[in-house]
Amino acid sequence: MKRSFTFFALLTLGLLCYALYQGMVVAPTEATMGDVQRIFYYHLPHAWVAFLLFFTNFLASIWYLVRRTQQSDALALASAEVGVVFCTVVLVTGPLWARPVWGIWWTWDARLTSTLVLWLIYVSYLVLRRFATGAQTQVLAAALAIFGFVDVPIVYLSIRYFRTQHPQPVIAGGEGSGLDPRMWTAVLWNLAGFLSFALLLIWQRYRLALAENAVEEAHANRALGPEAEMPAKPDSRGFAPEYGSAPKMGNKPR
Amino acid sequence: MKFLYLAYIATWTIHSLYILYLTSRYKRLREERKELEKE
Repeated sequence: MKRSFTFFALLTLGLLCYALYQGMVVAPTEATMGDVQRIFYYHLPHAWVAFLLFFTNFLASIWYLVRRTQQSDALALASAEVGVVFCTVVLVTGPLWARPVWGIWWTWDARLTSTLVLWLIYVSYLVLRRFATGAQTQVLAAALAIFGFVDVPIVYLSIRYFRTQHPQPVIAGGEGSGLDPRMWTAVLWNLAGFLSFALLLIWQRYRLALAENAVEEAHANRALGPEAEMPAKPDSRGFAPEYGSAPKMGNKPR
Repeated sequence: MKFLYLAYIATWTIHSLYILYLTSRYKRLREERKELEKE
């Protein structure tokens, strides 16, 4: 496991270095915006990877509601957390590109506002998971994740259905849209690098979530005493003792 | 160029902070495991 992680980490590092070279050196300078357009090679892949991670969270949440497995819950948590990190990068690099190009840091147009709402939805999901207590927290979080995902297609379609300050789509954006092939190469290398990086982070976060669950269970069992750690065995009359206590009158054999 | 460098630095600062956060959680988990083993 450790060796495959190291191999994957080195592969990711190599991909990210080559992607940086593609974005900074190989891709041509954009005619009107100049070098600041190169922010695009970080901004766009982060947005796509964030969408993919929120979709993973959506599927894992459905899986959790159907099967109630720890694995699906851990995957949902890991993908949401890493997705928020990637969405944060989108929300930070966007204004850093907008300031020199538009002359403003932010505007409340459909794309920017819906992206901010998306970030807030998944931050609230993480806050719910972190601070809510009770047996239903994971179920509530899964329900929030399923409804929250509705905002992802809204963000994606916002520049197609609304007139926005944000640039028009570069993929299937109609006449006049598209990129120079060398720019495309830089976008794809960066996408591969950051996708690989996101997988690496999810892998670690998923393992951490499962390990934390195991430790929490061990603590709970310790607190309940030695009886809680033992499986309930029926006594000579066929009664299963509840948490080690004697069966109450009127209990039926299980 | 200033904004380009700022964007790249901001990106890697955010990712580094998240990696630090994960590392600290792993460290805390390891300590908790050790305590459980002691008890």
